[in-house]
Amino acid sequence: MALSRLASSSSSSRSADLLKPLCSAISLRRPISTDTTPITVETSVPFTSHQCDTPSRSVQTNAKELLTFFRDMALMRRMEIAADSLYKAKLIRGFCHLYDGQEAVAVGMEASITKKDCIIAAYRDHCTFVARGGTLLEVFAELMGRQAGCSRGKGGSMHFYKKDSNFYGGHGIVGAQVPLGCGLAFAQKYSKDEAVTFALYGDGAANQGQLFEALNISALWDLPAILVCENNHYGMGTAEWRAAKSPAYYKRGDYAPGLKVDGMDALAVKQACTFAKEHALKNGPIILEMDTYRYHGHSMSDPGSTYRTRDEITGVRQERDPVERIRKLILSHDLATEKELKDIEKEIRKEVDDAIAQAKENPLPESSELFTNVYAKGLGVESFGADRKEVRAVLP
Amino acid sequence: MAAIFQGVGAAAALSSSPSNSFDSKKFVFSPCRSFSVRKGASFAVVRSDGRVNLNPKGRRAQQLISNAVATKSDSAAASSSSKPGHELLLFEALQEGLEEEMERDPRVCVMGEDVGHYGGSYKVTKGLAKKFGDLRVLDTPIAENSFTGMGIGAAMTGLRPVVEGMNMGFLLLAFNQISNNCGMLHYTSGGQFTIPIVIRGPGGVGRQLGAEHSQRLESYFQSIPGIQMVACSTPYNAKGLMKAAIRSENPVIFFEHVLLYNLKERIPDEDYICNLEEAEMVRPGEHVTILTYSRMRYHVMQAAKTLVNKGYDPEVIDIRSLKPFDLYTIGNSVKKTHRVLIVEECMRTGGIGASLIAAITENFNDYLDASIMCLSSQDVPTPYAGTLEEVTVVQPAQIVTAVEQLCQ
Repeated sequence: MALSRLASSSSSSRSADLLKPLCSAISLRRPISTDTTPITVETSVPFTSHQCDTPSRSVQTNAKELLTFFRDMALMRRMEIAADSLYKAKLIRGFCHLYDGQEAVAVGMEASITKKDCIIAAYRDHCTFVARGGTLLEVFAELMGRQAGCSRGKGGSMHFYKKDSNFYGGHGIVGAQVPLGCGLAFAQKYSKDEAVTFALYGDGAANQGQLFEALNISALWDLPAILVCENNHYGMGTAEWRAAKSPAYYKRGDYAPGLKVDGMDALAVKQACTFAKEHALKNGPIILEMDTYRYHGHSMSDPGSTYRTRDEITGVRQERDPVERIRKLILSHDLATEKELKDIEKEIRKEVDDAIAQAKENPLPESSELFTNVYAKGLGVESFGADRKEVRAVLP
Repeated sequence: MAAIFQGVGAAAALSSSPSNSFDSKKFVFSPCRSFSVRKGASFAVVRSDGRVNLNPKGRRAQQLISNAVATKSDSAAASSSSKPGHELLLFEALQEGLEEEMERDPRVCVMGEDVGHYGGSYKVTKGLAKKFGDLRVLDTPIAENSFTGMGIGAAMTGLRPVVEGMNMGFLLLAFNQISNNCGMLHYTSGGQFTIPIVIRGPGGVGRQLGAEHSQRLESYFQSIPGIQMVACSTPYNAKGLMKAAIRSENPVIFFEHVLLYNLKERIPDEDYICNLEEAEMVRPGEHVTILTYSRMRYHVMQAAKTLVNKGYDPEVIDIRSLKPFDLYTIGNSVKKTHRVLIVEECMRTGGIGASLIAAITENFNDYLDASIMCLSSQDVPTPYAGTLEEVTVVQPAQIVTAVEQLCQ
């Protein structure tokens, strides 16, 4: 199928025909993955809105973008599953919240914005970090508490940050990142950046008071803040209908417009985020509700099956899986063969395994690291350990 | 090494004859002081060890002279007593400090309830909204948790917000943001973000304000890693500390006191900064070290008058820096007098005094002739009735009795 596509797009000439079989043998991805002829795809479901217009259901994309989506989401999926095994092997300790099933939100959002726009998320941040440009080594090293981690091993799973691409984390306390996100939007308006901030939170955090406080202030001051509720329908073990009187999270902004999006469809997410960015720059805050689903439990200590049935999980996996949707799109538009996609997945698997091996080799932080970064530029003050006599160090 | 600015010390080190300029700088403001609220004698602030800042700390000051931006004009002015400075009240000093910093750095902004159009509930931000506009002096709704969070988020990008809690007690609503995000983000991000925020507000026991409006939050915040805490007590150090706090890369919690806003003092005209981590020697002495901060400084000075009449020579140190403690100044004093009395407004349990006792005992136990005495407020919610409120807080008579007991 790919061959026929090549044949139709390139001008036919004897030499080209002769070269075609050679091309197919070496690597067929090159011409396809750089192909930017627009393809129009309809989103799976229409958008529903509150106090604003809905964006169109037809999304412009192209082969390059779709293949990038596939690659990125497959990478994230593989990374999260690998993290699962590492946790069970006790190489990752503490809390580990996995994002598999929700990859479309991270990937779709990234496709619609630039690195000047800020993203701030809660503790389910591994994939958002990767979408913002984080490397696999940084992820696994941080999860295992090694020096090469993005936070030098001192943050852990819930504290991934990448300042140079405006990814502000990585926060453990539910809902606390939303006022921070509105603060980022304030700074953007103050410095006239013409950029927006996406503050991600979950359906559990949607009931936090500080969220409504921050939304109120953002609406009053016209801040370019986009509040994104990643609604995976369960706040740890509590289903949304048991936690929220009104589970229509996109409507809860009242005076702030809202949009409900199928969060398992990367193209719908991309469309909604583009729309939201435009809106926020002109009219102030907007709420996006991403209807998504997580396959794993809330965290690694939650089996994820006590409050929902296995049938539900497999049902969603069969019908709405984001990676599968993109795979079907790619195959139906003849952008790559099954085999090529499988090769990509094999490559990704190897990449992940290599990163894990590299991270395992990486050393743990030195004891002196305990006292770095407590204060900026340090004060020359002394810091004590629990017994106040040993581990005396002068804060650098 | 921190960027330490010494308003006084640096000036001393800059000029050729340190002692002369040091003293003359003191003369600049000491005789003209008048306190409308608290009676306090004016004392020259000279280092008790005789030498003027030419100790290791002075070496630190000299190391940084090349960076001492604030004291550029001090060398000329300090050595001459021609410019006596100007007289103002403490809240005006804070306002001056804020205004100067906002002019100097466009990234400084102020957020709080009623700070803008209303001018601030204690007039600290009066006139700033008109001068700098609504985007730099921001009136927030009554939502401490979120606007403190927003200030921290803005600080993560490089802005330098000054967040005002109308009363420090209200900041309890923002405790999560202050503890987890403000204090810890620099660490958990591996040093990627600094949070150059200043969180300020009046606290302490006022005049029959009731239990909820008379809180001393320094004891609750002191364990948070990553933050600095300072308490101002005079117009001079209020302005100096405010400016230093704004310029600091670390998050600073700046404690003011409700009853000290109308203190009048003459402060220098030129730009100066007080060291955030340094304690202030209020009255050098020989017999006993009295450590205090904020409003209790004035109770101590009042007691000191009585003590001097009775023949005692107390050394009074205003610790100013509540986190970290200036153990250098305190230690030198303890080594000299061998007796310590701490007078604070915090409650006895878990207060600043409790931590200070622990710090001094661990480091200077060999120099102590007697156990450290600590006078703190009673462990009760501050009552409304005036007489009860008076008993809750440490009074000068109790300080005198304590010193007599300590010096037996």
